[in-house]
Amino acid sequence: MTHSSNDNKNSNESWYPSELELQRQKVRSQQSRKRIAIATSSSVLVLGGLVLFIISSPGWELFKQTYFDIEYGIEVLPIVAKGITTNIRLTIIASILITILALLLALARTSKAAALTPFRILATVYVDIFRGVPLLLVILLVGFGVPALGIRGLTGNVLVLGTLAVVLTYSAYVAEVFRSGILSIHPSQRAAARSLGLTQAQAMRYVILPQAIRRVIPPLLNDLVALIKDTGLVSILGVIDAVRAAQIQTSKTFNYTPYIVAAILFLMITIPLTRITDRALQKSIAQQNSQGTT
Amino acid sequence: MRPVLSIEKVRKSFGQNTVLGEVSLQVPEHTATVLIGASGSGKSTLLRCINLLEQIDDGAIYLDEKEITSPLVNVDEARMRMGIVFQSFNLFPHMRVIDNITLAPIKVHKVKKEQARAEAKILLEKFGLLDKAEEFPDRLSGGQQQRVAIIRSIATHPRALLLDEITSALDPVLVNEVLAAITELKQEGMTMVIATHEMNFAHQVANEVCFLHNGFIAERGPAAQVLQDPQDIRTKEFLRKVSLN
Repeated sequence: MTHSSNDNKNSNESWYPSELELQRQKVRSQQSRKRIAIATSSSVLVLGGLVLFIISSPGWELFKQTYFDIEYGIEVLPIVAKGITTNIRLTIIASILITILALLLALARTSKAAALTPFRILATVYVDIFRGVPLLLVILLVGFGVPALGIRGLTGNVLVLGTLAVVLTYSAYVAEVFRSGILSIHPSQRAAARSLGLTQAQAMRYVILPQAIRRVIPPLLNDLVALIKDTGLVSILGVIDAVRAAQIQTSKTFNYTPYIVAAILFLMITIPLTRITDRALQKSIAQQNSQGTT
Repeated sequence: MRPVLSIEKVRKSFGQNTVLGEVSLQVPEHTATVLIGASGSGKSTLLRCINLLEQIDDGAIYLDEKEITSPLVNVDEARMRMGIVFQSFNLFPHMRVIDNITLAPIKVHKVKKEQARAEAKILLEKFGLLDKAEEFPDRLSGGQQQRVAIIRSIATHPRALLLDEITSALDPVLVNEVLAAITELKQEGMTMVIATHEMNFAHQVANEVCFLHNGFIAERGPAAQVLQDPQDIRTKEFLRKVSLN
C-alpha cells in the first residue's frame, strides 16, 4: 500500500513499513513478474505464429512483389504524397465549413422560437436526407449533377464540387453530434441562466453551448478522422488525391504497392489523431465525473 | 408597508397532481418569509412559480404591484428583478467564479465589465471568497459554491431573493457558513422568500413563517408564534417530527 494522502506529515516521517507489508510487497512483485512473463510468451507465440503462417504460404513471394515492392514504393512516394496534400487541404476547408453549417443546423433544431419554425423543419429534413444517403452517391450526384444543370457561373471544378458533397453529408452527422451535446446539458443550467434574466438566446450562447461543445469534442475528433479517410472518395470525380494518384500508378504497372503507400500516408495522419481523440475523451470523462450532477 | 411580492390565489398542478391550491401570500419590503413543510408540500413549486420557471394555472403574482404572471409581461425583464438560489447550486462549471457572478450584470443589465468585476469583488470579499475569484466552481467546497450562487443572484440587485432549500445538499458544518451569509443579507434589508428545513435558521431570520401542507398554507404568522406555539394540529405534528431528527 502506498500512502497517497499525507495529511499528517509529522507521523509519516517516522513510519516504516511493517513486516506484514514488506511480505505483501514481495508477493505482489512476484505476481507481477509472472504476469509479464505470461503476456510476453503468449504474444510471441500468437503474433510470431501469424507471421510465420503468412510468410510460409505458397503465394508469399508474389504477394510481396505486388504489394510490398519497397524500391517501387519509394519511387511513387512523392507522387502519392503530392496527392495526399489534396486530401489534407480538402479536409481543412471542409471541416471549417462543416462546423459552421452543423452548428447552425443543431441550433435550428433545438431552438423553440416561433420565428425559427421553418428553419427547424428544413434542418430536420436536411439531416434526415443527408444522414441517410451514402456519401459516394452524394459525391456522384453533386459532382456530375450540378455541372449538368448548366447554370452559368456555377463551377465545374470537380475539387470544389467534391468538397461541397462532403460538406453536405458531414454537416448532417456533425449537426447531430452538436445537438446531442446541447441536449445533454442538464436543464438546471438553463433554469439558472434564465433565472438571472438571460434570454433564451443568451442562455444558449453563454451557458449551454460552451459546455455542450466541450462535451462533444471527442466525438467530433472521431468524425474528423472519418472525414480525412472519406475525402479519398472524391477521387471518383477525377480529383487527383492520394487514392487517385496511387490508382494511376498501379494501372501503369499492375503493382499494388502505391496503394500500400497511400494507406501508410493516411495512417500517418489518422493514428496520431485517434490518440489525441482518446486522450480528449479520457479528459472529458474525468471532468464530467468530477463535476457530478451540478 | 407595501408588499414587494404579492401572491394571490395561486394554483399549480402537474397533471392530476395538485401541488398548489389557492396559495396567497404577501411579502413586505425588507422582510423574510420562510416556507416550511414536508417534502412535496409545494414550497419549491411556489418559488419556481414566483420566478416564472413554472407557469401557474390560476391566480396572480405581483412584483412591486405589477402583475408578472400576465402573458403580456416580458419574462426576462421580470426575472431580472428577482434572484433565485437553488438547492443544487447550478453554477456554470465552464466559467470562473468571477465570470459566473458578472455574466448577468454584463449581458443582461449592460453594466461595464470593469465595474461589474469590481462590484463582484466587493461581494466576494464580504462573503470571504475573494481568493476564489479566479477558480472554477469544481475547485470549491459545497458551502463555497452555494455562497457564490448567492452572490451571483444578488449581483443584479434584485428586488426579492428566493432561496430554495439552499442548504439541503450540504453537510452540517457547511450549512452554517451559508446561513450566516443569508442572515447578513437579511440585516441589510434584502426582501426574501426562503424554503428551508432548518428550523433554527427559520426562527432566526423569519419575519413570517408559513407552514405549507399539501399545497395549502395551513398556518402562517410571526416566526415565534408558528414555531413555538403552533395552533394547527398539522403544524404541531410536523414540528414534532422535525425536532425528533
